[in-house]
Amino acid sequence: MLIKKGIKGKNMRAFKKILKTALRSILRNRMRSMLTALGIIIGVSAVIIMVAIGRGSAQKIQNDINSLGTNLITVSPGAARSGGVSQGSGSINRFTFRDVEKIKKEAVFIKGVSPVVRVAVQVIGDGKNWSTSIYGVSTDYFNIRKWEVENGGELFTERDVIANKKVALIGKTVADNLFPSGSAVGKQIRIRNSPFKVIGVLKSKGQGGMMDQDDIILAPSTTVFYRLKGGEFIDMINVSAISEDKVDNAQKEIEVLMRESHRLGQTEENDFSIRTQAEMLETISSVTAVVTLLLASIAGVSLLVGGIGIMNIMLVSVTERTREIGIRMSVGARGSDILIQFLTEAAVLSISAGIIGILLSVSVIVFINSLTTLSASMSVDIVLIAFLFSGAIGIFFGFYPARKAAAMNPIDALRYE
Amino acid sequence: MKNIIETKQLKKEYRLGNVIVHALRGIDLTIKEGEFAAIMGASGSGKSTLMNLLGCLDQSTSGEYFLDGCLVNRMSRNEYARIRNEKIGFVFQGFNLLSRTSIVENVELPLVYDHSERIKDSQAAAVEALSHVGLGDRLDHEPNQLSGGQQQRVAIARALVNNPAMILADEPTGNLDSKTSVDVMALFQQLNDQGITIILVTHEPDIALYAKRIVEMKDGLIICDMKIKNRKNAKDDLKALNNAEVSSVVEIVERNDAHKKRY
Ligand SMILES: Nc1ncnc2c1ncn2[C@@H]1O[C@H](COP(=O)(O)OP(=O)(O)OP(=O)(O)O)[C@@H](O)[C@H]1O
Ligand SMILES: [Mg+2]
Repeated sequence: MLIKKGIKGKNMRAFKKILKTALRSILRNRMRSMLTALGIIIGVSAVIIMVAIGRGSAQKIQNDINSLGTNLITVSPGAARSGGVSQGSGSINRFTFRDVEKIKKEAVFIKGVSPVVRVAVQVIGDGKNWSTSIYGVSTDYFNIRKWEVENGGELFTERDVIANKKVALIGKTVADNLFPSGSAVGKQIRIRNSPFKVIGVLKSKGQGGMMDQDDIILAPSTTVFYRLKGGEFIDMINVSAISEDKVDNAQKEIEVLMRESHRLGQTEENDFSIRTQAEMLETISSVTAVVTLLLASIAGVSLLVGGIGIMNIMLVSVTERTREIGIRMSVGARGSDILIQFLTEAAVLSISAGIIGILLSVSVIVFINSLTTLSASMSVDIVLIAFLFSGAIGIFFGFYPARKAAAMNPIDALRYE
Repeated sequence: MKNIIETKQLKKEYRLGNVIVHALRGIDLTIKEGEFAAIMGASGSGKSTLMNLLGCLDQSTSGEYFLDGCLVNRMSRNEYARIRNEKIGFVFQGFNLLSRTSIVENVELPLVYDHSERIKDSQAAAVEALSHVGLGDRLDHEPNQLSGGQQQRVAIARALVNNPAMILADEPTGNLDSKTSVDVMALFQQLNDQGITIILVTHEPDIALYAKRIVEMKDGLIICDMKIKNRKNAKDDLKALNNAEVSSVVEIVERNDAHKKRY
């Protein structure tokens, strides 16, 4: 027991000596060590910042999608293709109000269903011009997409839909552009020469990462379909499931109903695709993951260059200290002692650079979040990985020079001029 | 007395391209415990080569070398390192101290690499070794703050700290002036009196006469090996030198004064 303790104490002291020697030789060449560390510092902080920006953007997009409503199911025309991304959507559009009615009547797992008739339009109001999209929807849509109106306005009703009323709810962005000075409620706007009455301003959903969700006009589906669209088919159907865990049931149900409605035979493929919020999130996160990986690997290259810098300086250091190596060997240092000494030196250098890099990236990320519209999210795992990675780089790139030192012949090392 | 060193037909060749240099052509040398031998010989006669072999810093080409009773030829690098660490204290002409490192740390160095656990408190051992060579009050000095003689004392302390079987010194006084050389030799004599085996290489007959035995080499062979009958005592010589120095300084000053008075 005592002997064991003694050995442990001795090892500890030996390790302290190694560390002390390493620190001394790093500090002896302050400028050189700093420049070498700079490579790792830049590499580590670049990796952390890039990953943080990638993840931050992904989170922001996810939040945007979630703000659309977590029970949301979107039915669009066109067959679903790989990964749930429908391609050429709209090419064989056969969606009608009848499909919507059928779902509304027969589905049991749904809370609401709304057609979506989308038209890109120029809006004139108060003498000003604004191009935006008008969405023709039913009253269920407000609940499905979580839309509310600001004080002083009100949503349109079932009766407005039945009566093809020319009423409109305008998004915050539209309101700000057409009626910057006063309240928009009660004002007239003209869309394709038809006068619409503004009955409410939609509460802002905030600036979405990719798109401005408030740049929108909502109007009764019938009004938009008959007065503005001038086509046969509606663009999309939005459904909300009764709860989040019933989304799958609702999805299956809708599929059956739509196939019936479109009279598809057993062997025929769906001529529509159904996407749930979860699938959309998956698609988007796989895209952002790829982008994040790409950014991180570009940053990783700079970390690699930093590692090569360490190797370079360690080689110089080994050559410079050949005599010292000889002296140590002449008093009994083994090759492994010398190897550990130089490896420790490389690791100390790169790990301290890693720590500085982490601190630097934290401040850069704080700066990005407070002063730019980009959002970066710092996570513990990536900091830990960067830290361990910087240590690993030191050991990896320090190994060759350290082995070179360890393999020296004592007498040759002592004679070295 | 047991044999600390016994070599049989020890040879060393260096190959430089096509040329083979026979640095040692067959050395038979026995050194007993407590001996103090001086190796002499012309430049290039193979003294350093022999010392490096005896010190396990280099490997012989052929022949046998028994150190402290064990055959040490053809061992692994690690075993050589262990022998250097435990059995040998080497003193070099050029001191070979770690620069910008305190002398106590320099002396501690062999203990850092000692895996045998013989000495528990390495710092205390280093301090003791430095006190032994008369530098107990300079522990935190660095080598460049010391004189050549003092630096060589540090190197000797480092050679002593591990309680080696012998001390090997290759021209330890080669970089020192004559008085400091005598000073270092006094230290070696003192250590030898305490029972430490010492082998030293020197060019100067004056220095060799402080040893108990002289081995002369020529062209890689031992040509002469004899005991010294009238061994010099370095301590006495040092006293005499000190007195001589004082008187000579006094003389110079007096002569100068007389010179001034005259004109
Ligand atoms: N590394 C080496 N490579 C080739 N030849 C060597 C090497 N070391 C020594 N020699 C040769 O071996 C012979 C003996 O050299 P050594 O250094 O032992 O001489 P020495 O007696 O110590 O001389 P000095 O008194 O000048 O120090 C010389 O001829 C020398 O040229
Ligand atoms: Mg020599």
